[in-house]
Amino acid sequence: MLDRRDAVKRLLADRGDLLVVPGLGAPTYDVAAAGDHPLNFYLWGAMGGAAMIGLGLALARPDRRVAVITGDGEMLMGLGSLATIGVKQPSNLSIVVLDNRHYGETGMQASHTDAGIDLIGIAKACRFADARGASTDRDVDETRRLLHEAKGPVFVQMHVQTDDVPRVLPIRDGKQIARRFMAALGTLPAKASP
Amino acid sequence: MDQTVDTQTAWPDAIYAHFKRAGIRQVGYVPDAGHSRLIKRCIEDPEIIDVVLTTEEEGVGLVAGAYLGGQRAALLMQSSGVGNCINMFSLIQNCGFPCLVLVTMRGEWEEFNPWQVPMGSITEECLRLAGFSTHRIDRPERVDEFVRIAMDRAFTEERAIAVILSQMLIGKKDWR
Repeated sequence: MLDRRDAVKRLLADRGDLLVVPGLGAPTYDVAAAGDHPLNFYLWGAMGGAAMIGLGLALARPDRRVAVITGDGEMLMGLGSLATIGVKQPSNLSIVVLDNRHYGETGMQASHTDAGIDLIGIAKACRFADARGASTDRDVDETRRLLHEAKGPVFVQMHVQTDDVPRVLPIRDGKQIARRFMAALGTLPAKASP
Repeated sequence: MDQTVDTQTAWPDAIYAHFKRAGIRQVGYVPDAGHSRLIKRCIEDPEIIDVVLTTEEEGVGLVAGAYLGGQRAALLMQSSGVGNCINMFSLIQNCGFPCLVLVTMRGEWEEFNPWQVPMGSITEECLRLAGFSTHRIDRPERVDEFVRIAMDRAFTEERAIAVILSQMLIGKKDWR
């Protein structure tokens, strides 16, 4: 079982020009704790939407790699998007679910994965090119390689501990997060400067 | 008869022409009878990435991601689909993304299926409460101008705009 902070830090080491979409709650804090970066599109809401934001981005920028890093609860709310991604087969998109089998933000209630609902099986059924679990440092290093090199769509369920870790809060103004991201990616329309 | 057919293909074609003019590159949709011709034209166009969704809510994330990546996107949905999007629309408002939604109406004019009425009767109000400006179109000859204006507002003013294509415009569903 992985420490979520260590795992995300390892996953995003030497990230290069990777575009990262962290899902609301703990994944947003984990990605912020690994080091703030303008190419993080932090989510503070829109639960269930992270994978689809990743898809829109991956389709718009086939020249870049996109990683959605989200939680089991957030992913469960958008399961249909795995089917939608399966239809489009974006080779540059990876989805990493930090699965602690609980809803950490709301008081650690058990999620569906705690009852054995199999996200990897769902991703495989949705035609993800690679769908696997990760529970050791070595698996995390291999996942990191997949984010940068694999022909996607890739789905990785990372088994992380349920321990509560301190919140690390990144910027939360949506317009600022979006504009900073677009300025760094070079997609900000000329008239709307950050 | 011929005139009816022309009218029913002219307005989706006018919308498609504006998609091309504005450089729409991604179109998200849940299959819909009212939008069927427009969907078909988007699928046939190699410059447009058509994304079939399991629920309209997914399209809101798609639009946001596309815009972050430098592409303009549009969403096609039926009035019932608006209800599926409400919380996800907060993404658009929070981040100030442009968003163009084209809504075909059910439950408002010669509706055979009463189950369409509750959502159809609150669709426009829901959109406005969620931060959208709405432009309602009842007649085919208005589509060209209204969609042009809606699109310019969405993308040059970076706003959330919904075009409401009324059931009178679309014509009633054939239940025979």
